[in-house]
Amino acid sequence: MELLFQQIFNGLTIGSVYTLVALGLTLVFGILHVPNFAHGAFYMVGAYITLMMMVGFGFHYWIAIIASIAVVALLGVVTQQLIFKKLEGADGMRMMVAAIGILLFLEAFGQFMWGTEYYRMDTPYGSVVNLFGLTVTLQRLLIIVAAVILMLALHFFLTKTMIGAAIVAMAQNREGAFLVGINANQVAWLTFAIAGGLAAAAASLASPINLVFPTMGNLVIMKAFVIIIIGGMGSIPGAILGGYLLGLTESIGATYISSDYKDVIAFLLLVVILTAKPTGLFTKGVQ
Amino acid sequence: MLNVLSKRVLLIIVALAAVLFPLVFPNMYVLQLLTLVFIWSIAVYGYNIISGYVGYLSLAHAGFFAIGAYGLGLLTTKAGFSYWLSLLLAVLITSIAGALVGVIALRTKSHFFAIYTMCVGVIVYLLIDKWDSLTGGVRGLIGIPAPGNLGPITFDTLTSQYYLALFFLTFTIFLCYRIVHSLLGRTFIAIRNSEELAKTIGISIMKNQLLAFTLSALFAGLSGALYASFIRFIGPQISAITVTFEMLMYLLVGGIGTLAGPIVGTLIVISLTQSLQFLEEYRMLIFGPVVVLLVLYYPRGITGSINGYFQKKKQQRVKVANEEHDVKRKVGEAG
Repeated sequence: MELLFQQIFNGLTIGSVYTLVALGLTLVFGILHVPNFAHGAFYMVGAYITLMMMVGFGFHYWIAIIASIAVVALLGVVTQQLIFKKLEGADGMRMMVAAIGILLFLEAFGQFMWGTEYYRMDTPYGSVVNLFGLTVTLQRLLIIVAAVILMLALHFFLTKTMIGAAIVAMAQNREGAFLVGINANQVAWLTFAIAGGLAAAAASLASPINLVFPTMGNLVIMKAFVIIIIGGMGSIPGAILGGYLLGLTESIGATYISSDYKDVIAFLLLVVILTAKPTGLFTKGVQ
Repeated sequence: MLNVLSKRVLLIIVALAAVLFPLVFPNMYVLQLLTLVFIWSIAVYGYNIISGYVGYLSLAHAGFFAIGAYGLGLLTTKAGFSYWLSLLLAVLITSIAGALVGVIALRTKSHFFAIYTMCVGVIVYLLIDKWDSLTGGVRGLIGIPAPGNLGPITFDTLTSQYYLALFFLTFTIFLCYRIVHSLLGRTFIAIRNSEELAKTIGISIMKNQLLAFTLSALFAGLSGALYASFIRFIGPQISAITVTFEMLMYLLVGGIGTLAGPIVGTLIVISLTQSLQFLEEYRMLIFGPVVVLLVLYYPRGITGSINGYFQKKKQQRVKVANEEHDVKRKVGEAG
């Protein structure tokens, strides 16, 4: 029984990371209407910036994370302004290919700047605590708490502020948003900034329990795709639900089925879902 | 478009150059490179059918390439089949896999299709990587035999392998040419331009898409099988999504949805990569932005842009001729 609870706790940890990445992806989907393949590269850059700030400049973990969020948010804005803005109205394939181009560049850039080695990230929260009879590292606990705080902050931003409401409006109905005078460009770059920031936060939180390397974003982003399809493209509650669902499935599956094939679970899950329901779960309207 | 005569002349010159090349320049390094270009081009031609002509971005292409490669590798090394039978079976297996994936994947549209096929590609990769007892896992599969003798013809030299790859490439291009210039090709393009419109004029979308997807898998499988017997060693890395992206890049540089695009793109990108060898690991620093710039400003790639240029010129000529004709007619009427 203790093993099961331990695995549920681990599942919540991984699920928190997946959710943060998927939230950014789902927000950007509302703007682009195609999945942003470059999002995983943002995640990777986020981890390296935090690492560089800590090792290179000796900043504290939290300051490094904030710097990393700022840098990756800026990176998101730059890609939106320079590339995606110009492709507005182009067919989905061109946008997806452009995103792939950005991904290829950023991955090579990561390799060029920081090499192909695997790095460990130190954390001031490496100690072990006892939580209801479970022994857990403080960092894992921190991931869960920080993710919940970020999600709540995002929720209040989207529902209680004008700009947040504009983002939601844009995702719901583009023409309608234009009609009520929403500044599409502003909403677009802001959404990219938020998505980039969330990816950087997720990466910085997860790195101490994983490792930092140039292709670290690949599996995460592919799983984030799975999550937003499970949760419905563009849906925020869906992304949260899907993220935790996948985290738990993986962590429990790794223990009770096979740890070798734990990565397959996510993709099999998606193949099964799309086989049964080609437009994804919880999709509104007709395709 | 170039007029038919000069196009045919150009084609004959290119074909002759390809055939005579090994006799004129018996440079091993260049021959090796060109053989690889030919082999990859076959896969890119397959990619072009589904993504270029039908307009569906498939991200499972490296997966099919790997199925072909591992199919041949396993059938020859583990099952002990003869080379040519294995080649045939490997291509057949890949086509069947393509058809099976296609039946389900093609029910999804646009980005769902892209993500679905991406997942298929990842599953193929993970299976190859983890299924140690069958595929050899990360250690890969070694000792794949070179193409077997075909009567008096042997394939133990590089030059003969070059001609073998050239033969299959020519076969592929010929088949693609016939498809594109037939009703089938026009059907594919009709689906790309508007699925609804195609449906209303009575085109069976699913049937045609499935055919296109299966054909694209077939060429990927053929290319993979040839690759395995040329390199003689394969690892799980050939099914990684980066390989799909690489093929997409070849297609994009050459010109997506054009007949010459795949070979032009593959030739240019691979030779550039080879000449910038110091960049090997970082070449995406250049090619990543190239892909983005192409999408932004030249979405039809090199071949597409050249075709567009000639088309424009032709239109201008026709316009000038029409105007002259009009003037003459008016003069005639006046007189």
